[in-house]
Amino acid sequence: MSSYTFAAPTSIDEALSVLANSSRRGERAQVLAGGTDVIVQMRSFDNEPRLLVDVKKLAETNEVSIGEDEVFIGSAIASGVLNENDELKRMFPGLLESADLIGSTQIQGRASIGGNLCNSSPAGDTIPALIVNSSVCVIANSNGNREVPVEDFVTGVGTNCMSAEEFLIGFKIPRPPARTGDAYLRFIPRTEMDIAVAGAGVSVTFDDSGVCTRARVSIGAVAPTALLVADAANALIGTQVDDSALRAAEAACSAAASPITDKRGTVEYRRKVVGVLCRRAGTIARDRALA
Amino acid sequence: MKKVHVSTTVNGQPEEALCEVHQSLLDLLRDELGLTGTKEGCGTGDCGACTVLLDGRLVCSCLVLGVEAEGKEVTTIEGIADPDRLHVVQQKFLEHAALQCGICTPGFIVAAKALLDKNPDPDETTIRYWLAGNLCRCTGYDKIVRAVQDAAQELAQSS
Ligand SMILES: Cc1cc2nc3c(=O)[nH]c(=O)nc-3n(C[C@H](O)[C@H](O)[C@H](O)COP(=O)(O)OP(=O)(O)OC[C@H]3O[C@@H](n4cnc5c(N)ncnc54)[C@H](O)[C@@H]3O)c2cc1C
Ligand code: FES
Ligand code: FES
Repeated sequence: MSSYTFAAPTSIDEALSVLANSSRRGERAQVLAGGTDVIVQMRSFDNEPRLLVDVKKLAETNEVSIGEDEVFIGSAIASGVLNENDELKRMFPGLLESADLIGSTQIQGRASIGGNLCNSSPAGDTIPALIVNSSVCVIANSNGNREVPVEDFVTGVGTNCMSAEEFLIGFKIPRPPARTGDAYLRFIPRTEMDIAVAGAGVSVTFDDSGVCTRARVSIGAVAPTALLVADAANALIGTQVDDSALRAAEAACSAAASPITDKRGTVEYRRKVVGVLCRRAGTIARDRALA
Repeated sequence: MKKVHVSTTVNGQPEEALCEVHQSLLDLLRDELGLTGTKEGCGTGDCGACTVLLDGRLVCSCLVLGVEAEGKEVTTIEGIADPDRLHVVQQKFLEHAALQCGICTPGFIVAAKALLDKNPDPDETTIRYWLAGNLCRCTGYDKIVRAVQDAAQELAQSS
């Protein structure tokens, strides 16, 4: 292939056959959603001509449906569009806030949560928030859709479990039970437009006596992939998510982190900060659940 | 090089162009359609000089492919003024001297107008966050924020 080519399929089957044909010919294809990673990469380290397959014209990747037990969010919906959905905001405030952290107003006009996950950066802000909400990826495959929990999707820095012939349709997320709250916080050296030094998401559910019955904690930017931290969740379950439970969850997150030192922060710093973020996000999630 | 035919609407005007797939919407506007009001600062989504509306939503035109404009409506800085007078936001940028070299100005104006269309009464914090993706190396931002606040006030009085 000597130059870039472009396809904008309008159905899942068409998208799958475009990807399959290209792989049969031994040619590289890449899915395009909002392009805020793809086009930046095309302009820097990865300018190898390839077929770009725009998945924004499919009904399913733009769909939001709120069922009795489950919510579906299409992979390609721009963060700015998602954040105009008040019902989703009420149900998953932490997840929507994580999407609202991505870049500027202009970037949010294009950047999708599907693209954020598929780019599979350790610092992708929506990934911990998707994980704590028990989100499941719905992946299109020519043998039928397959489903993979978000915490199992990313396999390393920039890599994930999809083959070149597959793509992400969207996310199935269980409807949060009563008295559930979520939150995601990240630390960046400025207040806008930067990449997370560390990030933490928490979702907690309480019974009617105020005891936490379910918790999920996930941390980002402190390991090659976002991590689901079971020890931190276990520190919260069975408690009122009070200060001592939150301090135990904080310690569990710091222990689970395996960060690197780079210009954004040292190993020691990131370990410390990710624990603090977990404690603070846990406090917000608790207050939301009990509000 | 294989070129793709693109039909799009720019500032209400139907436009046809041929472009290569790797070309951005910014390239299409400037190089194929001659609309050079939209500027290129970084080419990587960081500076906002290339801000346009795509189907009513603010985007960095450097991070949109030209071929993606097919069937869409694009609004650029050239589409902001009325035929016979400047838009209030433009007028206020002049009055407050909210520009020096001017490279960032088209992006700021397109973004600020979009904010006021959505939220006619933004506070200073809202304005600063909304415009966080527009960088200015000259003014220090204060005059820009004042101009947007003044434009909001004037719009409120005239309506
Ligand atoms: C100025 C700027 C600031 C940014 N700030 C942040 C930030 O604060 N936090 C953050 O996390 N990210 C940030 N990003 C990165 C980027 O905006 C996000 O990762 C965004 O969510 C990517 O979504 P997209 O729709 O643009 O994806 P694209 O660029 O279209 O795609 C990203 C990757 O995912 C693949 N892909 C996309 N959709 C699918 C699909 N449905 N199926 C299969 N593969 C798919 C693509 O092939 C590509 O590899 C920033 C980027 C810029 C330019
Ligand atoms: S040129 Fe597009 S954001 Fe800088
Ligand atoms: S006026 Fe020069 S960059 Fe803003």
